[in-house]
Amino acid sequence: MTPEELHELAQAHLEADKKLSHCLFVCGAAACLAARSDAVIEAFQAAVKARGLEESVAVKNAGCMGLCALGPLVRVEPAGVLYQQVTPEDAGAILDGLGGPPVERLVCPTDVPFYQRQFNIVLENSGHIDSESLDDYVARGGYAALAKALTAMTPGQVVDEVTTSGLRGRGGGGYRTGLKWSTVAKAPGQKKYVICNADEGDPGAFMDRSVLESDPHRVLEGMAIAAYAVGANEGYIYVRAEYPLAIKRLADAIRKAQRAGVLGNAIMGTTFSFQVDLRLGAGAFVCGEETALISSIEGKRGTPRPRPPYPAEFGLWGRPTLINNVETFANVPAIVRNGGHWFASIGTEKSAGTKVFALAGRVVNTGLIEVPMGITLREIIYDIGGGIPEGRKFKAVQTGGPSGGCIPQQYLDMPVDYESLAQVGSIMGSGGMIVMDETSCMVDVARFFMDFCRTESCGRCVPCRVGTTHMHTLLTRITDGSATLDDLALLEELCEMVKQTSLCGLGQTAPNPVISTLRYFRDEYLAHIVEKRCPAGVCRMTRAPKEVAV
Amino acid sequence: MTPVPIPAGRVKTLKIDGRDVSGYENQTILEIARENNIHIPTLCNLEGLDDIGACRLCLVEIKGLARLLPACVTRVQEGMEVLTDTERLRRHRRMVIELLLSERNHVCAVCVSNGHCELQSLAQTLGVNHVHVPYRYPRMAVDATHGRFGVDHNRCILCTRCVRVCDQIEGAHTWDVAGRGVEAMIISDLKQDWGASATCTSCGKCVQVCPTGALFVKGKAVGEMTKQREFLPYLTLMREGEK
Repeated sequence: MTPEELHELAQAHLEADKKLSHCLFVCGAAACLAARSDAVIEAFQAAVKARGLEESVAVKNAGCMGLCALGPLVRVEPAGVLYQQVTPEDAGAILDGLGGPPVERLVCPTDVPFYQRQFNIVLENSGHIDSESLDDYVARGGYAALAKALTAMTPGQVVDEVTTSGLRGRGGGGYRTGLKWSTVAKAPGQKKYVICNADEGDPGAFMDRSVLESDPHRVLEGMAIAAYAVGANEGYIYVRAEYPLAIKRLADAIRKAQRAGVLGNAIMGTTFSFQVDLRLGAGAFVCGEETALISSIEGKRGTPRPRPPYPAEFGLWGRPTLINNVETFANVPAIVRNGGHWFASIGTEKSAGTKVFALAGRVVNTGLIEVPMGITLREIIYDIGGGIPEGRKFKAVQTGGPSGGCIPQQYLDMPVDYESLAQVGSIMGSGGMIVMDETSCMVDVARFFMDFCRTESCGRCVPCRVGTTHMHTLLTRITDGSATLDDLALLEELCEMVKQTSLCGLGQTAPNPVISTLRYFRDEYLAHIVEKRCPAGVCRMTRAPKEVAV
Repeated sequence: MTPVPIPAGRVKTLKIDGRDVSGYENQTILEIARENNIHIPTLCNLEGLDDIGACRLCLVEIKGLARLLPACVTRVQEGMEVLTDTERLRRHRRMVIELLLSERNHVCAVCVSNGHCELQSLAQTLGVNHVHVPYRYPRMAVDATHGRFGVDHNRCILCTRCVRVCDQIEGAHTWDVAGRGVEAMIISDLKQDWGASATCTSCGKCVQVCPTGALFVKGKAVGEMTKQREFLPYLTLMREGEK
């Protein structure tokens, strides 16, 4: 398919859509699917057929619409009405009400901060297209950025555009994407690879899954542009096997894109070729680390190796390799389409663009949000998130998963960007955001994350393998009431040692939840150790010494 | 003006512990330090095997760099200023040894390698006379199914020297690692008994390179298990000659 044909396809699809009086988008992403949105889709399709509306009403299996807590969600276009908690029985009522006033009892208001305060780049198509349709994606400007890059830009110009945009790695590290691309582009070698890291493993995080399920072509387009920019013609998407729907949609999207000639050999009639393959992760958190991921793709045990040399120089099968996260690639088409300066104008000076967060925990509106960088935590939690349910008090927000930290009340007005989060002892991470209220015990939280790191350590280097195990033992002692102040001192010593001496990012960041809770909630640790009580009433203190009568 | 052409195999000059030293650009800090009789403790490293930077004992400080780097896999750079023996490094090294001693059951008094054990002698030279961290005392197995050798997982520190010598020198790849984190174990073939291994050539190289008493020759009493590893550099040289 040439760029002209692509444009024609988009126009034809738009024309066809105009003939419809209404389009129903039913969320078919994992959260709504778990609330049986598949039955809702079937009910709508049956109801449309029963009413003979096939010509004028389309029912589409769309992607995530954000408010996962109130699923299944259904959007009716062009009216722009959003319905929440739709059951198959509601299908008839909604269809009968088309053209008239919406069905009041199901309406989900969209003029609320949850929707108004968001800014969508990565999620711009999410919930607005049929996730399994290439035509829908193309009709909304999909693959136009790839066409522009291939026909009107040199690889160097693409790299420059990404550098100008100020885009930084969305997987957690925040490394400058433009710099990474130019390093791989400059690395000597005929054969290079592009890898998309979709091994999202942080507890409570589901950004990448939603993007892959809702808009898989977007990631493929981003990867193809990256491959053109760095001079690669083979790529892999390393996606965890726990995401069956994302895998199914990706495999389907790759096949459709190849058939349409926007992926594969001689893309859009140019000399550029790019093949993409899927590799499934077998459920190891450490395989999100780039060198372990490469090792896993090569068919070896997924363990990290010391860097340098970095994958940009010596990566998959010893070749220069570009590894970016799903969300990073998903930003690329928009950057190429609208220009780097447009992207740089969003967010803050050092952290450009938007960030997708999976808002979870003790907050009214749990779900997927995309906000401009620089927004405050208070805006995210209280405006978008709707605050803490049941009138409880906010205690802390955990960002960055097991590598991140807990941020207390006093930093709620801090802007969300890479530097600010690092300053208060947390990290941006991949975008997990867990809100905790007064019923959470911070020692217990630290113990949970340490248990996670302990079981996910690959066992290669000593500090991470044994250090995390001991730290977990010490935290368990604190939560069961058997700890002494010496244990606390040893815990702090281990935190420093494991952080400084571990081989890869997993071990180097594993102490972060402990360090940050010790920094802001030391009184809770002391209450457990000295007074043998848990202020939040979570820990059972089963092994606390019995009072000895004097 | 055309720049001066750069010859292949460039020599770099650097400072290690304040001493001016030089080395080829593809040499590691550890190699240069050894050439100059500067002692950096190591455990997973063994001359003739590929380095993996796993034990973290050879971590060194490099001026201007916040993080510590393993000397065994870090190549020298011009003007590098390396510190190998600071208080911080000594503290971390002692903790590495403590972690290893507490991980499994290292009971020197009844160990075949007592007196010839690298872990034991490192603990002595680094001044580890007390273990502060809680001992784990896990229940570990001993595999004595092989005719001549045995593996005692109680003493294993997962340095993977046996895995590497079997793969890189003998070419059998009988040994590998299974499991994650502290549950990681050295296994033969697909976690079968060593004696039932179809790939093991009974060459005994793994036994000779093992730093502790984890791999041993049967019939040795306490303290009798001494290891011979002179063969390793020669075999490595011969293999390089074949390339």
